[in-house]
Parts: sequence; C-alpha cells; structure tokens
Amino acid sequence: MEWSFVIEKLILVSIVFVITLVIAMYSTLAERKIAGFMQDRYGPDRAGLFGILQPLCDGGKFFFKEEIIPAGAHKVLFILGPTIAIITACISSAVIPWGQELQIGDRTISLQVAQGINVGVLYMFGVIALGVYGIMLGGWASNNKFSLMGAIRAASQSISYEIAMGLSLIALLMVTRTLTLEEIVAQQSGFVNWNIWAQPLGFIIFMVCAFAECNRVPFDLPECETELVGGYHTEYSSMKLGLYMFSEYINMFVSSALMASLYFGGYNFPFMNDLGLSANMITIIGVVVFFIKILLFIFFFMWVRWTLPRFRYDQLMNLGWKMLIPLAIANIVLTGVFTLIKDTYFS
Amino acid sequence: MTVFYFVAFLSIFFALLTIFTKNPVHSVLYLVITFFTFTIHYILLNAQFLAVVNFIVYMGAIMVLFLFVLMLLNLNKDTEPMKSNLVKFIGVIAGCCLLVTFFGVYRVFDISNPLTVVNPEIGLVKNLGKVLFNEFLLPFELSSLLLLTAMIGAILLAKKEPKQI
Repeated sequence: MEWSFVIEKLILVSIVFVITLVIAMYSTLAERKIAGFMQDRYGPDRAGLFGILQPLCDGGKFFFKEEIIPAGAHKVLFILGPTIAIITACISSAVIPWGQELQIGDRTISLQVAQGINVGVLYMFGVIALGVYGIMLGGWASNNKFSLMGAIRAASQSISYEIAMGLSLIALLMVTRTLTLEEIVAQQSGFVNWNIWAQPLGFIIFMVCAFAECNRVPFDLPECETELVGGYHTEYSSMKLGLYMFSEYINMFVSSALMASLYFGGYNFPFMNDLGLSANMITIIGVVVFFIKILLFIFFFMWVRWTLPRFRYDQLMNLGWKMLIPLAIANIVLTGVFTLIKDTYFS
Repeated sequence: MTVFYFVAFLSIFFALLTIFTKNPVHSVLYLVITFFTFTIHYILLNAQFLAVVNFIVYMGAIMVLFLFVLMLLNLNKDTEPMKSNLVKFIGVIAGCCLLVTFFGVYRVFDISNPLTVVNPEIGLVKNLGKVLFNEFLLPFELSSLLLLTAMIGAILLAKKEPKQI
C-alpha cells in the first residue's frame, strides 16, 4: 500500500465526514424551517440571516448544559448508548459511491471510501441493524420505565421492519445481479436504466422501512412524547441528547443516500453521455446531482413528518408483518417471473 | 498471523467474560463483542459474505432479541433463583463431557498437516452462491425446510387458542 493512496483516502474520509455532519446540522434547521412553512409561521429566524446560525447556537447550548447522569442509572452503558448511536451512524456511509472517478494529472481518484467491497449493500444493512443497540442500551441503562418502553419499542420495530427491508432488497438484487454498490450505481447510467422503473413496488417498501429504521414520523414510536414523555432519551441531557438527535439526522442522510443510489441512479443524470463534456466535468456534475437527490429525499422525510400523524403501536406491527412482508415476497416472485420471461424470450 | 492471534485472544477473552460476568445484560453485550470478533475472523479468511451475514443475523437480530427479553425480565441479583444441587451436579457432568470431547478432538487433530482452502475466493458472494446451488443444493434446501418448520412451530406456539363455541 502506497502512501499517496492512504492520504487520498484520508482526505476523502474527512470530506465525507464533514459533509455528513454539516448536512445533519443543517437538517435540524431545515426541519424547523419546513415545519414553519407548512404551519404558516416563520420558524427560527433570529440567529443570523434567515436563522442560518441557529444550528451553531443549538450545538453550543448542548455543550454548555449541565450533564446529568441519574443516580439509579447504569453509568457505563448510559454513556455507551449515545456513543454507539453516533458511531454506527457515522461509519455507515463508507460504501456509498459519491461519484465516478476523478482524473488529476495521471492519478485516478475514486470517490468512494471503501472500494470494491463485495457485499457493500449488506454492509450498510448490517450497520443500520447495529444502530438499534445505541437506543436499546441507552433506554435500559436510564433505569426509567418510559425509557425502557421506548427502547423495547425501538428494538421490536427495527427487527420487524428489517425483514421487509431485506426482502425488498432481494428483489432489487435479482435485477442488478450484484451486491457491490458501485456496480449497482454504474448500471443505472442515464435515465431509463434507473432501478425505480424496474422496482417501483420494491422502492415503496424499502422507503417505508427506511422511515421505520430511522425512527421518523409516522414511525417514531420509540420517542413518542405523548405517551412516553421523551421515549428512550427521557433521562438524557446535554450533548448526549444532542448525539442521539444528531445520529437520527445522520441516519436520515445516509438512508437518503442509499435510496438515491439504489433506486434513483446515484450520481447518474439524464443525457450525461450526450452533452460532450469531459469525464471530470461529468463526475463533478454527477456529485452535485447526487447531493441534490439526497437533499430532495431529506426534504421528503420532513414533508412526511409534518403531514402524517403517528401510527398506533398495533397498527405499526400489522403494517410491518401483515402488509409489507407479504408484499415484498410477492414482489420477489413477480420479479423472478419477469426476469425468467425476459431471459427466455427477449434475449 | 499476528492479527489472527490477537483476534483469537480477544474472542476467547470476551467469551470467558460472557460466562463469568454476573449481570445478564453485560453477559449478552460481551457475547455481542465475541460475535464481532468472529466477523473479523471471517474477514481474515476472505469469507466476506459469511462475515457480513454473521454480522447482520447474529449481532443485528438474534442478540437484539436476547437483549430485548433480558430487559423485559429485568433480572437482578436479589431475584436470582437459587440453583438446586441437582442442577449443579448436571452442570458438572455436562462440563466434563465437553472436556472429554475436546480431548478427543485434540487427539485426532493433526496440527502438522493443516487443511488448506483450495480456492481462496470461495467466500465471495458469487462463488459461494454457485457452490450452494450446485454441489450442496439438497442440504441447502433441506435446511431451509427445517427453518420453515421451526418458524411455523413458533407461530403455532405463540398463537392464542381459538375460543370454544
């Protein structure tokens, strides 16, 4: 392994990390602004122009608040909870291809942190599954009934929806025939090759499950404030609470990136090969397009949050087990039949 | 090789902690770390698919369920049931049986002539899938049938009795 390679990856990791954090930071502002817009009010607009400094103020406030660890809490696990939540949120973006290759001089730089991972999609899936430990441990260690209820809800919800998510992914993998994320994105060159056209039902199932995995409304039962005070983070204060909220926004960003790259072509955009641009130019436009797609998905997450009411818990379980899983299995069968017909008669 | 010995040490260390710790939730967490070291072992063997499946299934699903149940039970030291002497006696016998098995394995184990994998790429998804659906199709399908049976059995057990009319 040469040094330039290591430095190149380090720079890329730092950039991805900073972008993730900045987007997560400004998602908090965007969420409140969008809420304000939808409810016909201003939203935060005091700190800086249009409230642009609001996330910084919030962050500073989080740091300077008093930190309380309840007397009956399990101290180590209480601290471990938010730590796991934020770490799993941050490492999940490692396999996402942010763009095509960049040519600088005679060096080819790939815009993906972990390149050539044979099981990229599954890696994402595993890391997302691991994220629930943060919530569970935090909720249990708080030694509070409400927190425990939140933690238990989070665990059962995440396990239930992981199944449907995995099944909808299987149908997608039957179309793409690879588990490597960069190949899946590269296959969707142009506009007609996007996987959304081949897997519309699969995409809807995947998106609903992504909402549930991120604990977003209408699936935010783990932190349902009308029933559980604050859910799993009832006892948390100061930056530890901040880390929980931050990890939720990072998760939202990463799932948006995953949906954009699995179903909406990632960095590909229409007529990308007909414009007569240089390869580097296409790469740069591609990265911009990819981020526009991600931001649109994040906007969609927020739009849903201020549109739909929260599910009841039995409705959530019924939707997961009795609707999404059968639908996902039907989707697999349909995909299999179509693939078979296509390969036999139209190849 | 040093990486292997280090990870192997960690596996055994956390496995021992799993057994010896008093608090059941700690025990589960140490088991999670043990499974994580297994994932590293699989990666060292270039079995990427197995690694990631171990990660998802054991760490991401099964251990979450374990933790879930333990959190609901809320076991403490005061609520720990006193184990009867019979249970302790059975435990000792089971442990001795395990020891005998280990010695048996050690005796036939040929360290000077280790098995080598014919194809180091066998652990990649494509190759593994081909092997599973060609050479080992029957055992693979049979095991899936077994899992299905277990699943139906679990649902049957969890189902409420229909009301007598």
